[in-house]
Amino acid sequence: MMIPDGIEDEEKWLAEGIAGIQHNAFYMHRALDANNLREVLKYSAQMLSELRTSKLSPHKYYELYMRAFDELRKLEMFFKDESRHGVSIVDLYELVQHAGNILPRLYLLCTVGSVYIKSKEAPAKDVLKDLVEMCLGVQHPIRGLFLRCYLAQISRDKLPDIGSEYKGDSDTVVDAVDFVLQNFIEMNKLWVRLKHQGPGRSREKLEKERSELRDLVGKNLHVLSQIEGVDLEMYKDTVLPRILEQIVNCKDDLSQYYLMDCIIQVFPDEYHLQTLETLLGACPLLQPTVDIKTVLSQLMDRLSNYAASSTDVLPEFLRVEAFAKLSSAIGRVIEAQVEMPIVGAITLYVSLLTFTLRVHPDRLDYVDQVLGACVKKLSGKPKLEDSKAKKQVVALLSAPLEKYKDIVMALTLSNYPRVMDHLDNETNKVMAMVIIQSILKNTSCISTADQVEVLFELIKGLVKDLDGTDVEELDEEDFKEEQNSVARLIHMLYNDDPEEMLKIICAAKKNIMNGGPKRLPFTVPPLILSALGLIRRLQGREGDLTGEEVPATPKNIFQILNQAIEALTTVPSPELALRLYLECAEAANDCDLEPVAYEFFTQAFVLYEEEITDSKSQVTAIHLIIGTLQRMNVFGVENRDTLTHKATGYSAKLLKKPDQCRAVYACSHLFWVDDLDGIKDGERVLLCLKRALRIANAAQQMINITRGSSGPVTLFVEILNKYLYFFEKGNPQVTSAAIQALIELITTETKSDSTAPDAVSDPFFASTLRYIQFQKQKGGAMSEKYDSIKV
Amino acid sequence: MDFLVGAFKPPCNVSISFVDTKTRKQVPLKKDNGQTIMVPLFQSQENIIGEVLIEPTQGKKFEHNGVKIELLGQIVRELDVPGELFERKTYQFEFSTVEMPHESYNGINVRLRYILKVTIGRNYISNIVECQDFVVRNFTPPPSINNSIKMEVGIEDCLHIEFEYGKSKYHLKDVIIGKIYFLLVRIKIKNMELEIRRRESTGSGPNTYVETETLAKFELMDGAPVRGESIPVRLFLSPYELTPTYRNINNKFSVKYYLNLVFVDEEDRRYFKQQEITVYRLLES
Repeated sequence: MMIPDGIEDEEKWLAEGIAGIQHNAFYMHRALDANNLREVLKYSAQMLSELRTSKLSPHKYYELYMRAFDELRKLEMFFKDESRHGVSIVDLYELVQHAGNILPRLYLLCTVGSVYIKSKEAPAKDVLKDLVEMCLGVQHPIRGLFLRCYLAQISRDKLPDIGSEYKGDSDTVVDAVDFVLQNFIEMNKLWVRLKHQGPGRSREKLEKERSELRDLVGKNLHVLSQIEGVDLEMYKDTVLPRILEQIVNCKDDLSQYYLMDCIIQVFPDEYHLQTLETLLGACPLLQPTVDIKTVLSQLMDRLSNYAASSTDVLPEFLRVEAFAKLSSAIGRVIEAQVEMPIVGAITLYVSLLTFTLRVHPDRLDYVDQVLGACVKKLSGKPKLEDSKAKKQVVALLSAPLEKYKDIVMALTLSNYPRVMDHLDNETNKVMAMVIIQSILKNTSCISTADQVEVLFELIKGLVKDLDGTDVEELDEEDFKEEQNSVARLIHMLYNDDPEEMLKIICAAKKNIMNGGPKRLPFTVPPLILSALGLIRRLQGREGDLTGEEVPATPKNIFQILNQAIEALTTVPSPELALRLYLECAEAANDCDLEPVAYEFFTQAFVLYEEEITDSKSQVTAIHLIIGTLQRMNVFGVENRDTLTHKATGYSAKLLKKPDQCRAVYACSHLFWVDDLDGIKDGERVLLCLKRALRIANAAQQMINITRGSSGPVTLFVEILNKYLYFFEKGNPQVTSAAIQALIELITTETKSDSTAPDAVSDPFFASTLRYIQFQKQKGGAMSEKYDSIKV
Repeated sequence: MDFLVGAFKPPCNVSISFVDTKTRKQVPLKKDNGQTIMVPLFQSQENIIGEVLIEPTQGKKFEHNGVKIELLGQIVRELDVPGELFERKTYQFEFSTVEMPHESYNGINVRLRYILKVTIGRNYISNIVECQDFVVRNFTPPPSINNSIKMEVGIEDCLHIEFEYGKSKYHLKDVIIGKIYFLLVRIKIKNMELEIRRRESTGSGPNTYVETETLAKFELMDGAPVRGESIPVRLFLSPYELTPTYRNINNKFSVKYYLNLVFVDEEDRRYFKQQEITVYRLLES
């Protein structure tokens, strides 16, 4: 295995160091057992000399330090017991300072100092002050850091805090704070200096090593936060300003980022709220490379949670103008850090927005303000390219939607569309989808025409082709999904008031009409259906509306619809247009508007004649026409005749014989409406059925000729069923004899040699016969009617 | 036979003792042969009182030309007129309020000793001589003026410091308090030490001999400071064997003390600045 020399050597040096400590510790233990102070001091100093090494990385040095640390605990026990060494603590404090090497000297001094404070022969504050000053002698970053770490360790439980037994008579909390602050400042300075340590080491490795040591520095802030006597006032006046001063002055990005985060994490939220100005004031002064957005996000996160913790604290947020302060701080940071990529700025705004949404949900103006600031930052710049930045903008715009679950709110934000303007087409569409999803998810209604206008402005990326969009690159699937969403959205445009609803429809129509041939088939149908819904509502309230001048009459709306559908025909999408014409015709029928209904039918027939050329589509279309026409009751005889004539005519002209046959027998229903006052023209029904039979025959023959065998009898069975239907409905022209003849015809056909058994028609025929059998046997009038039919 | 015995063995034992041996403080004194013996300690203007005991060996009488005791180089007292000594005889002596302005000193090229010397004069043959060392230490009151030592020094574009020692005069158990302030650091300092150096000069003119010893090496700083750092100095003098500063003692020698501030850079080059301090002996209360 290959191990780089450096690492191998380091292991060796560490082992040597540990061996040195163990060796000297052995003699120190012997001296401790013998209560021989002189020897104890000698060997402990030698032991501590192992910590003078410069060869170890922080990680390995820490291992060494921990070994020494354990031994120092034993030493402290010895120092504590004067009866064992016979020297007063004051003299001991001097005695250890005779050591010639500074590092062992200071470790010993700290150890004795700890005992000195405990003895209470001198005020804790004096001893601590002396120790923290003397430690200045170690300027080597790693050695200094660990020495001060030791000092922090031994002093933690001895700070002259309120309620501490080491508190002197006067106001010594200040001393406790001073001590910790000073140690913190010195440690940070050493930590920063580590950056310039040791040539030949890669910067990356140094950063990593430094990172490993950061908690040694941060621990001091934690200690400060634990000091009972640090109340808000002291925090505000002393602690925070001094920490910040050090952070700013050290000019090191790693340290600044870490310590800012530390402050935010270790001190109470209440303090942050009351010192926002100071804390935020430091932000623009940090190095440009500091990830300030994360820092501020953390802060705002904490504050948001704090605000959520209790309603009692909310007034404080207002009183200190938290939002304004955060907002202006962010502005200043962005201004100060010219190099900050746009994504950073937007991320900051996202955080601020999240904050205000959580803390001041009632302040829409704040939301708009944040968006406005973002617009300002984006303005004058080319549209965003950076995908991360785009994502952040989407997050920014999505946040209010998620919070309020109400698009209407977003529509009132003047800066909302202005932010969207800075998105490229693709992202604009993504955002439009987010908006639509939000509306659909929350089933929010867009209830005014103005809102509809704003909304369509927001989602314009979906509604029409934007400049510069490469149509070729559109993914078909995505496009469909988008347009389906828009279609669903149209259904969310709703107002109970017909006047407003009409305006909404007009607004929507105006916008979607620009959608182009690819979009219209998706967007026109929901618009039509929505309008038809309105028409039905008006129809229900017809009585109330009579005599008043109402623009929202079905007639007017039908005109609008006509235009809309016409647009579809040019797309062209004739099948769809035809369906919609028929829908409208039916609605007009229900409104008792014969001319309108006739007009729609006319349009439908024209389309059928001119645009629908595919035979399959024709079949579908003709059945739709027949079905709709059958339900129409508004027409007078003349109109109806014209239309039914047309329908039957088209039916007989379909290309395939079976299609013809089916269409023709379907037409029979046009002459027999099973309503109370519906048409009941038995003659023409029979004509249709007979014609259908003829066509079926012809079809059978054609098959015989072309294939040499009879086709299935399905068509005959179908016609038989029609016969049975009209027979039962009491059409006098449909007789049992005719039925009997038809049954026999089918039976003969199926039994003929040339006919192969068929999996569809045979069971169909059998069950039809079973049905007749059933009707014959069930008794009553119907049975009598069937009686003459023999099966 | 008597004659022969007398030629090889002293005819008598001589011893010198002080009246207050039991109460007087004894201090160690290093002899020429390297042995350390304990000797009584005096200071200037004390009375030196004691007795000399002369005991003829084997009870034989012997003649002498007179007995005298002298505090070497200073005072002579006749203890006996010429005559014969038959038996053991004690002579009282007293030197009152002796002026001993110079302290005993045991240096490299120079020693300052105080000796009581008893001489029994004899005819034709060598005198009988017995010596007793004692040590003199004189105390000084705290100086009325004791300025701090403060100075800005530097190597151009390399290192500029300002150092300050709280006092210029220190007693033997004193502690040096001060600080080193770094104004400019362009060299990679490995550490900083404070040395106490003793400079002993003997002779005068062209025959001056100077010896310098480093008595203390005390590490003040580990690692390289940056501009603006202020490093504390606290050096206890008690662990070191210092003497007071002696200036031109009898035109023979001087002993001076210096604080030497040393910087060692990473290439082990040394930069230093030396400052004289005055050491004095403060009366221990």
